[in-house]
Amino acid sequence: MRFSGWRIFREGLTGNKGWGPHWRDPAPKSEYDIVIIGGGGHGLSTAYYLAKEHGLTNVAVLEKGYLGGGNVGRNTTIVRANYFLPGNSEFYSHSLKLWEGLEADLNYNVMHSQRGLINLFHSDGQRDAFVRRGNAMINQGDDAILLDRDGVRKHLPYLDFDNTRFPIYGGLLHPRGGTARHDAVAWGYARGADRRGVDLIQNCEVTGIDIQNGRVTGVQTTRGAIRAKKVGIVVAGRSGQVAAMAGMRLPIESHILQAFVSEGLKPCIDHVVSFGMGHFYISQSDKGGLVFGGDLDFYASYAARGNLPMTEHVMEAAMTLMPMIGKARVLRSWGGIMDMTPDGSPIIDKTGVDGLYLDCGWCYGGFKAVPGSGFAFAHLIAQDRPHDSAARYRLDRFRTGVGLMDEEGTGAQHNLH
Amino acid sequence: MRIPCPICGTRDRREFYYKGAASMLDRPAPDAGAAVWDAYLHLRDNPAGRTRDLWHHEAGCGAWLVVERDTVTHEVFGAKTLEQFHAD
Ligand SMILES: Cc1cc2nc3c(=O)[nH]c(=O)nc-3n(C[C@H](O)[C@H](O)[C@H](O)COP(=O)(O)OP(=O)(O)OC[C@H]3O[C@@H](n4cnc5c(N)ncnc54)[C@H](O)[C@@H]3O)c2cc1C
Ligand SMILES: [Zn+2]
Repeated sequence: MRFSGWRIFREGLTGNKGWGPHWRDPAPKSEYDIVIIGGGGHGLSTAYYLAKEHGLTNVAVLEKGYLGGGNVGRNTTIVRANYFLPGNSEFYSHSLKLWEGLEADLNYNVMHSQRGLINLFHSDGQRDAFVRRGNAMINQGDDAILLDRDGVRKHLPYLDFDNTRFPIYGGLLHPRGGTARHDAVAWGYARGADRRGVDLIQNCEVTGIDIQNGRVTGVQTTRGAIRAKKVGIVVAGRSGQVAAMAGMRLPIESHILQAFVSEGLKPCIDHVVSFGMGHFYISQSDKGGLVFGGDLDFYASYAARGNLPMTEHVMEAAMTLMPMIGKARVLRSWGGIMDMTPDGSPIIDKTGVDGLYLDCGWCYGGFKAVPGSGFAFAHLIAQDRPHDSAARYRLDRFRTGVGLMDEEGTGAQHNLH
Repeated sequence: MRIPCPICGTRDRREFYYKGAASMLDRPAPDAGAAVWDAYLHLRDNPAGRTRDLWHHEAGCGAWLVVERDTVTHEVFGAKTLEQFHAD
């Protein structure tokens, strides 16, 4: 089933009765060339690019719940390429380019909206840091525009410009930054992978990883054993536990990040805005809800909910930045589990076990990485060497100290990133 | 979440600073080698369930505590000062 203007028109006239399921629901086969553990954004995009870029279609994605039920469906949907450090810079730049061709590539409306992202700064030191970041982005071939206070006021007139504690000095505008509809990204990749022959198997939890003589041979699941020549672990907040099935400990602690959404309002916030002093960020969804969030809860957690102190902190930051938000009612809040690495950057690498590959550690920034990560991980699995865009995402960088990417400069502790 | 500080009594989580897994207390010998130090500094068990981690009662008595809690339910089972912890 392909989407087209004509098709949508015809379905509109005939009661939308002609749409079918977007993917099959196959039973697991006893053997695949490649098994991907985890049907989140990254797992689905990996499967899609394995099929599309490398012609590998004897592939299964095993998902313990339902496709898109993990963090890919519970993030604040910000997509950007405003990273600074070598390693991250080229990766997110590549990922954003994939985003820009994604809807045409997948024939799926993921509602990618490049509405512009503005990072505010509140001191001379922060301005200098953002000037430097903006230059790095431009050198990377991406876009950045430095706004002074009046420039910010033109775009965001509703901010509190009289705040004495966190005066707004200006902002770094990244015009190609924006948002996308998170569920649709998962669905679009799922449909694309399925159409190329990949088996997407839901309600199938991996409970063990089979290894013989240092080589992976398959996985144990709640739906039986499945043999595989290669296995990729892409399970976002659960990486530590799945890697433990292969006898590995990872440089990862799982932490909770909360998000909030208000009742639907008329369009009032046109950009993605981030408030550096309070670590607060906000955008408005296409349905009208204000979507916003802040820091981690700051301690290891596997609960898909947060605690009230961070809720209060986020609300305070919101009120400080834009007092008008006090008139909106919060409808919902939720939490997602994230893999926090000690330098805040991800890992895409081979493991010490032949045929076992790892894609993890996306911290709270992995939604924008969905296309780039899948592309690079598929390349690694298919070709046994890293893709150029992700060549620095090595597992051993913590041991060697070479190539650490502490983008925020906050230090080597899992909860600080 | 509330943490029962053995010195101050049960207090709001906001009085405490979280430092990470209590495995940080098992410091290897200086010459233990890169692999051991890598494991100590970076690698974590990261359990979904009962765990022990280190909290600093920053806005209270200033003690470092070993807190036992569940990472899935957020239930806190108890807290010990380092002295109590090492005495066990
Ligand atoms: C509140 C919040 C806001 C965020 N905001 C942003 C943002 O604005 N921009 C951004 O770039 N990033 C953001 N992120 C981060 C981003 O959501 C994640 O980094 C990213 O979604 C993780 O990758 P994923 O989509 O593949 O994970 P998931 O969707 O969680 O996929 C992992 C899958 O693995 C499955 N799984 C786990 N264990 C097993 C097993 N044993 N067997 C089988 N399957 C298993 C899970 O069920 C899950 O479906 C945010 C995260 C949160 C929580
Ligand atoms: Zn105390």
